[in-house]
Amino acid sequence: MNSKPEIPVARYRLRLVIAGNSERSRRAIENLQHLCAEHLSGQVDLEVVDIYQRPELAEEYQVIAAPTLVKLLPLPVRRIIGDLSQEDRVLHGLEIVPL
Amino acid sequence: MRLMSKPHSARELTGLLKAPTGIVGFDDVTLGGLPAGRPTLICGAAGCGKTLFGITFLVNGATLCDEPGVFMTFEERPEDLEANFRSLGYDLNGLAAAGKLIVDHVRVERSEIEEAGEYDLEGLFVRLGFAVDRIGAKRVVLDTIESLFAGFTDQAILRAELRRLFGWLKERGLTAVITGERGEGQLTRHGLEEYVSDCVILLDNRVEDQIATRRLRVVKYRGSSHGTNEFPFLIDEDGISVLPITAPRRNLAVCNEIVSSGIPGLDAMIRNGGFYRGSTILVSGVSGTGKTTMASHFVNAACLRGERCTFFSFEESAEEICRNARSVGLDLHAHVAAGLLRFEWARPSLYGLEMHLARMQRDIETFKPAVVVIDAISAFRGPAGDVQSILLRTVDLLKSSGITAMFTSLRSGASRDEGTDHGLSSIMDSWIKLVDVEENGERNRILYLIKSRGTSHSNQLREFRMTDRGIELIDAYIGPEGVLTGTARITQEARDRAAADQRERESNRRQRQFARRREAVRRQIEELEAALQAEEDEEAMLLGEDELRDATLKSDQAARAIRRRAAE
Repeated sequence: MNSKPEIPVARYRLRLVIAGNSERSRRAIENLQHLCAEHLSGQVDLEVVDIYQRPELAEEYQVIAAPTLVKLLPLPVRRIIGDLSQEDRVLHGLEIVPL
Repeated sequence: MRLMSKPHSARELTGLLKAPTGIVGFDDVTLGGLPAGRPTLICGAAGCGKTLFGITFLVNGATLCDEPGVFMTFEERPEDLEANFRSLGYDLNGLAAAGKLIVDHVRVERSEIEEAGEYDLEGLFVRLGFAVDRIGAKRVVLDTIESLFAGFTDQAILRAELRRLFGWLKERGLTAVITGERGEGQLTRHGLEEYVSDCVILLDNRVEDQIATRRLRVVKYRGSSHGTNEFPFLIDEDGISVLPITAPRRNLAVCNEIVSSGIPGLDAMIRNGGFYRGSTILVSGVSGTGKTTMASHFVNAACLRGERCTFFSFEESAEEICRNARSVGLDLHAHVAAGLLRFEWARPSLYGLEMHLARMQRDIETFKPAVVVIDAISAFRGPAGDVQSILLRTVDLLKSSGITAMFTSLRSGASRDEGTDHGLSSIMDSWIKLVDVEENGERNRILYLIKSRGTSHSNQLREFRMTDRGIELIDAYIGPEGVLTGTARITQEARDRAAADQRERESNRRQRQFARRREAVRRQIEELEAALQAEEDEEAMLLGEDELRDATLKSDQAARAIRRRAAE
């Protein structure tokens, strides 16, 4: 049996940019972890960047809003902003059809 | 807070610190520049120079005031900015390398962004804060932050974040320029003026009669006085310049110094030997009467005195003027090469009237000439009222700068009406009118000095000729047969000369006659004198004989007496 049809074969490469250890940042991390476990079955290469710690990366990563989830792979690059509480929108942004 | 860097600080009475923009004229209008440490909103439609204003503010800040700056662009890419502004001589890469400028391109791509939950714009704050800290920036430009409205759907968050951003800028004491696109019924499309309340500047680019004129207005400047009018401004190869021409500057210094017109014959017509320095001279005449040549003499004389001249030409190009001047023996090229003479050429239709004036003012303020020629004011086309107003302001500008100016004006051949010079002749100090007279199958040029304020002058007309040694003024022949010029004058002069010769011969003949008569009389006198002499000789001889006879008589008597005594 192959992998689930709604999950593309390619591995996901995601980057979550947060601004400090705020409530919103924590929520975003939690929501993302939950989502990855549920829909991406661990095929995710996730990097979390705190722009308070690494402000120079804010420009490099073209961050405007915080939190921002950047889908680096598969292409095209997409950005999902917010605390990722609206799961359907996150999935839409990641181009995953929800179950 | 940083210290205000010259030169307007003294003029500001409110004590509000200002950040000079270094934009020619703008710092005059705002009495020092933008409010230091506060955000300023620059709004205007697309292509009206908002980005240029922002870049100029930063570049001048970095180069003139030692205030590094951050340019956050939401639209153009840094490479494009760099390329666009290189043509204005702004070296953005160089400034960036020197740590005086950071250009951060914030890409807002609606299609890439999905909103999923609560967020804020902390990313933007961190980016801006990091850039500001990295170079110690004092100035920030956000161009144009309204792009965010296209990228984010949650207007409530956006507005709250913008309010926070402007608060943050103020708190950090950053002098910020925020640009905004002109909106319907409000200054900016998304009502940015709601957040930026300290200073709002409106840029405008209006097209009238197919000619665009840029205008700038300070809508609001809290805590500071400012010029409230619309000021025309220029964008050209020297960047942006604002022209506070309507600002009253009537501190006209009156000067008694005399400057030569460059034409000895014309100087001789004026008792003082020329025009007053700082006065304005109108040269009007129909086509081909030598107006430009007269102006060329004027600048030539000024350059020979070592003064700077600007020749605004709206008809001929600089090359043509130089070539034509050479034919009357003036080497204007040499003055250009020596840096004393500058030609500013523009087609009248190239800009609107305001822009022409603005350009002239800018050129005058940068070059600081002592003498200006405007050739020809008649090239300005437009509603008569507008043209007159522009010319009046030009005269004001020149006078307030103490510049001696010569205006040429083309009169249409048909009208000999003296009142048609855009109503300008009344504000001119001197008025030279060139007329051509057609007679005996030839055209001759005549010059009248209609007026020359403050100095007595010849009220007679002069014929003038263009020779290879320049313009020569000749006393026109005024005789019983009227005014004669050209060949008629020469013929009349020949006739006069012949008559004079005749008179001279007659006189010589009479003189010879007189001489002969004198000679005859003298001969008569000589004869009479000779006769007289003969008479005298005769008389003397007779007298001698008488004396001899007396003596002989006496001696005879004596002898007889001796003999008688001897006989006794």
